[in-house]
This record gives sequence, structure tokens and C-alpha cells, in this order.
Amino acid sequence: MLRAEGIVKTFFKGGANEVRALNNVSLSLAEGEFVTVIGSNGAGKSTFLGAVAGVFPVDQGRIFLNNEDMTAWPEWQRAAGIGRVFQDPAQGTCPGATIEQNLALALKRGQPRGLGPGVRRQDRELFREQLARLGLGLENRLRDPAGLLSGGQRQALSMLMAVLVKPRLLLLDEHTAALDPKTAGQVLDLTVRLVEELGLSTLMVTHNMRQAIGLGQRLVMFHRGEIVLDIRGEEKRNLRVEDLLQRFSEVRGEEFTSDRALLT
Amino acid sequence: MTSYAFFGSLEQGFAFGLMVLGVYLTFRVLDFPDLTVDGSLPLGAAVSAVAIDAGVHPALSLVWACGAGFLAGAVTGFLNTRLRILHLLASILTMIALYSVNLRIMGRPNLTLLGKPTLVDLFTTASGLPQYLATPLLFALVTVFAAGVLIWFLRTELGLALLATGDNPRMIRALGVNTGNTVILGLGLSNALTAMSGALVAQNQGGADVNMGVGTIVAGLASVILGETVFGRRSVARAVLAAILGSLLYRLAIGLALGLKLGSFSITPSDLNLITALLVVLALTAPRMKAKVFS
Ligand SMILES: Nc1ncnc2c1ncn2[C@@H]1O[C@H](COP(=O)(O)OP(=O)(O)OP(=O)(O)O)[C@@H](O)[C@H]1O
Ligand SMILES: [Mg+2]
Repeated sequence: MLRAEGIVKTFFKGGANEVRALNNVSLSLAEGEFVTVIGSNGAGKSTFLGAVAGVFPVDQGRIFLNNEDMTAWPEWQRAAGIGRVFQDPAQGTCPGATIEQNLALALKRGQPRGLGPGVRRQDRELFREQLARLGLGLENRLRDPAGLLSGGQRQALSMLMAVLVKPRLLLLDEHTAALDPKTAGQVLDLTVRLVEELGLSTLMVTHNMRQAIGLGQRLVMFHRGEIVLDIRGEEKRNLRVEDLLQRFSEVRGEEFTSDRALLT
Repeated sequence: MTSYAFFGSLEQGFAFGLMVLGVYLTFRVLDFPDLTVDGSLPLGAAVSAVAIDAGVHPALSLVWACGAGFLAGAVTGFLNTRLRILHLLASILTMIALYSVNLRIMGRPNLTLLGKPTLVDLFTTASGLPQYLATPLLFALVTVFAAGVLIWFLRTELGLALLATGDNPRMIRALGVNTGNTVILGLGLSNALTAMSGALVAQNQGGADVNMGVGTIVAGLASVILGETVFGRRSVARAVLAAILGSLLYRLAIGLALGLKLGSFSITPSDLNLITALLVVLALTAPRMKAKVFS
């Protein structure tokens, strides 16, 4: 599935504020594995997801998806196999385009785009059906601009768009962090439902430790550009927040601090 | 305003309307401030004039002009997306370079079409209408047709990708679109329309002039903003039509301004760029001023 080997990424290389955001990070995901990712601010979580998605080139290391070396591929080319949802709800949809146009754009992910109609009549049925499952009433608003939607509605739509064409890998970077707790819960439920139903290999970054522990089959912790914990199987199922903090201080010889980590 | 001047303004409004469609495409759809148009308008004029001079059918010369304009826009897109030059600067570089190119194409600063058949002549003869009516009608047909094609295109798969490139490039890259390519395509189309506009203007005024493009972007912006202020831009189709109507309004306003006399002072065509620039400044700042006053 996904295989990242020895990824190194330095920002402002050679400059005064050089940051080594990823320091020799390797991570492999099995087919259908749901991995939660935690770590303090600036630990390198987003940078890792960016490296996998091809937002920027890496300094060292190789990235494979289904045994295809995509290290040299640009972002748009990797998108054929990768679905993404961002933290900022405004980033995931086109505000000026209608809901159905946004979905139509997502339906063409990884395929060449030509001069055929952007939104096809037969696709509308699919869109309606899929939107109805969100339970937000969006199925009756196909022609409303996405810019009119609330943050939660947009994030739900982004989630749907990311999986409308089944991706090999789903990348979620704190995609519920900008939402109020209730809406965040709804979007998270939707996420779990879609991931399970489609059996998606998923990397989900979160600051909520409970969430990280409660979801998925595996938990990875980033710290200062490295993966310091990788917990799975039986151990992951029985994991509690205290265990996690304990494991962290064992490994690092320091207390876990994050101004945004939610411990409760 | 005499009815003669009125039809004159309409004919200008439609001829430059193609350019305004191009400016709408870059400025509004792609969010790319493209000054290439100041060079691609005379480029289209030059190519069309030289082609007609060489015996090419005036209608076919439009196709040549479009092709040249597309290339000019694509160069700006290439400079910006592949060589990573700031969009504004990239377009200025192409615009300046086009000045030399246009002189090369014509071999001199201007080329007259006196005695050569133009589309205007052909259409006037064929329609049997007097020329002051035939010309605006011809240009209206061409421009409305182009607008129809543009609206159709912006609803295709590729067109939607182009809209999304301007609206949210990060998202559309994540959906597998090479935004470098869509920017190049958009700039190419925009400048193809602009060059076609230049070709119509040249055929209408009986020749091409290397300086005829000065101020094109400002006139284009003024028309786009005028149009959307009056007609809105709630949908793509509406915004496209608003661009054409904006072009008509703008040329009518200019026609009126040119007739204006304040004592011994009167506005001459050479004042137009200043007036238009002021108009654009006003239009761009008015929404913010309004917000300030009412907050
Ligand atoms: N585009 C960039 N340019 C420069 N530095 C960057 C860039 N992106 C990230 N960094 C730096 O790299 C380091 C890792 O950042 P990253 O965004 O990956 O952290 P994170 O784990 O996602 O943190 P958070 O939980 O705050 O989102 C930080 O020091 C950050 O300042
Ligand atoms: Mg982050």
C-alpha cells in the first residue's frame, strides 16, 4: 500500500531559520489500515501528509503507493490515488461552483478532463443519493454555490468528494479541528462510516487523544520530525490516554506537551 | 449623442467586447491580472492585416489572429507557471516583447487596409444594410457567438477545472488537475479572444497600428467592472453577458464624454486612458469605501 522510506524534509534550507520538519521518517500502511496520527505542534504531521500528497518535493527518501514509486510525481498526478480533506473547510471546496459542480470535479479525480458536459444528468442521481446519506439536506441544494454552506456542511461535502472516486489512500489533516464539537462529531461519524464501508487505507491527523486512541487500528506519534511511537494490534485496542503519555515520556525522557492536545 | 455616434459606440462595444470577454476570463475566472492584452490586441490586428494584405480571406485572417493571440497568452502562462515569474511581471514581459513582435509582423508601425476587402465590406454588401448598421450587427453576431461558446466551454469538464483553478487551486490540484496547464489554457483563450477583437477593430478602422493596444487592460477592466456592477455576476452565463454589456456601456460612456464641453475645455481621445484609469480606481475602491461609510 503506502510505503514511505527515509523521508527527510527541510524548510528554509541553509537559511537562518532552517527547520528540519521530517527527519528520516519511514512508515508503511497495510491495505485498508486506518492509522491515527498525533503529535505536538510543529511535530511534522502535516509536513508528512504533504510529502505523501506531493505538495512539495522531499529532500531525501522514497514514497511508494501500491509499489509504484511516486517520489518524483507532482501533486496533481498523485491525486489519482489519494483523497484528501483539509483542516480549513474553505480549502476543500470551490466556493464559486455549485454543489453539483464540486462533486462533478471530484468525480473526475485522476481522469483526463475534456469537452464533455461538466455535470452529466446521470451523475446528478448519484450525487443526490450520496448527499442524502450525509443527512444534511444537501441533496435538495445541488445548484447552490458551495460558498453558501456552513463550515460543517462544507467539510462533510469535502469528505464525500475525497471518496467519491475510491482513493487508494485517504489523507485527513485535522479535518474536524475547525468545527464546533457537535459538528465535528457528525463529520467524524461520517468519516468512520465511509472509511469502514469502503475499506480505505487512511492517515488521520488529530489533536484529540481520545479520538486517536478510539479510532483505527494503529496509532503513530510524531515528535520533532520523527515517528516516536507506533502502536497497533492488541496494544492499540487496550490503549488509554495515560498509557500513551507514559509511553511517550519513556521514549523521549520528557513530558508530552502540546498546547492543543485534548487529553480528555 | 447623434444616432450615428450611438451606432459607432455600439460597434466599438461589440468589437472590443471580445477583448472584454478575454479580460473577464483572466481577471475574474482565473484571478490572474493579465497585461498581455495590451500586446495581443495589436498582435491580432497586425496578423489579420498582414494576412489580408497577402490575399487571405478576411474571415480566415481572424483564425490566424486567434492562433497568434493564443500563443501570446500561452507564453505568459509558461513564464508564470513553469518559470515561476510573478503573474503581473510575466504578462508585462510578454506585452513588451509583443511590441517588437508586432513591428516585425507588419514590418512598419502601421499597415493600412485601404482598398483591401474586409469582413465589414463583405458583410455590408451581403446584408444590403447601410454600413453604420451593418458593422455593429456583424460585430454583435461575432461577439455573441463567442460569448455562447465561452459559456458552453465553462460548463464542460475542462471549463469547470479552469473555474476551479481560479477559485481554489489547492483543492483542484488535490483532485488531479495540473493547474499550470489550466492557467496556460485560460491565458491562451483570453488572448485569442483579445487578438480576434484587435483583428475586428483593424478591419473596421481600415488598418493596424502598433500603438493601438495601449490601455487595453484598463478599458477591459473598466468594462468588466461596469458590467457586473450593473448586471451582476451570479452565474457564469450572467457574468459573461454582463461583460459584453459592460463593454457596450463603457463605449457609450466614452462616446458621451467625447462630446462633452466645459467652456473652452473639451475631452479628447487622448484623455481617455486617464479617465478610464480613474474610473477603474473608483470602481475598485468603491465597495470598500461603501463598507467603511456604513460600518
Ligand atoms: N511551508 C512551510 N514553510 C516553512 N516551514 C514549514 C512549512 N510547513 C511546515 N513548516 C515547519 O515545519 C515544522 C513542522 O510543521 P508541521 O506543519 O508539519 O507540524 P504539525 O505536526 O502539522 O503541527 P500542528 O499540529 O501545529 O499542525 C514546523 O516547525 C513548521 O514551522
Ligand atoms: Mg498540522
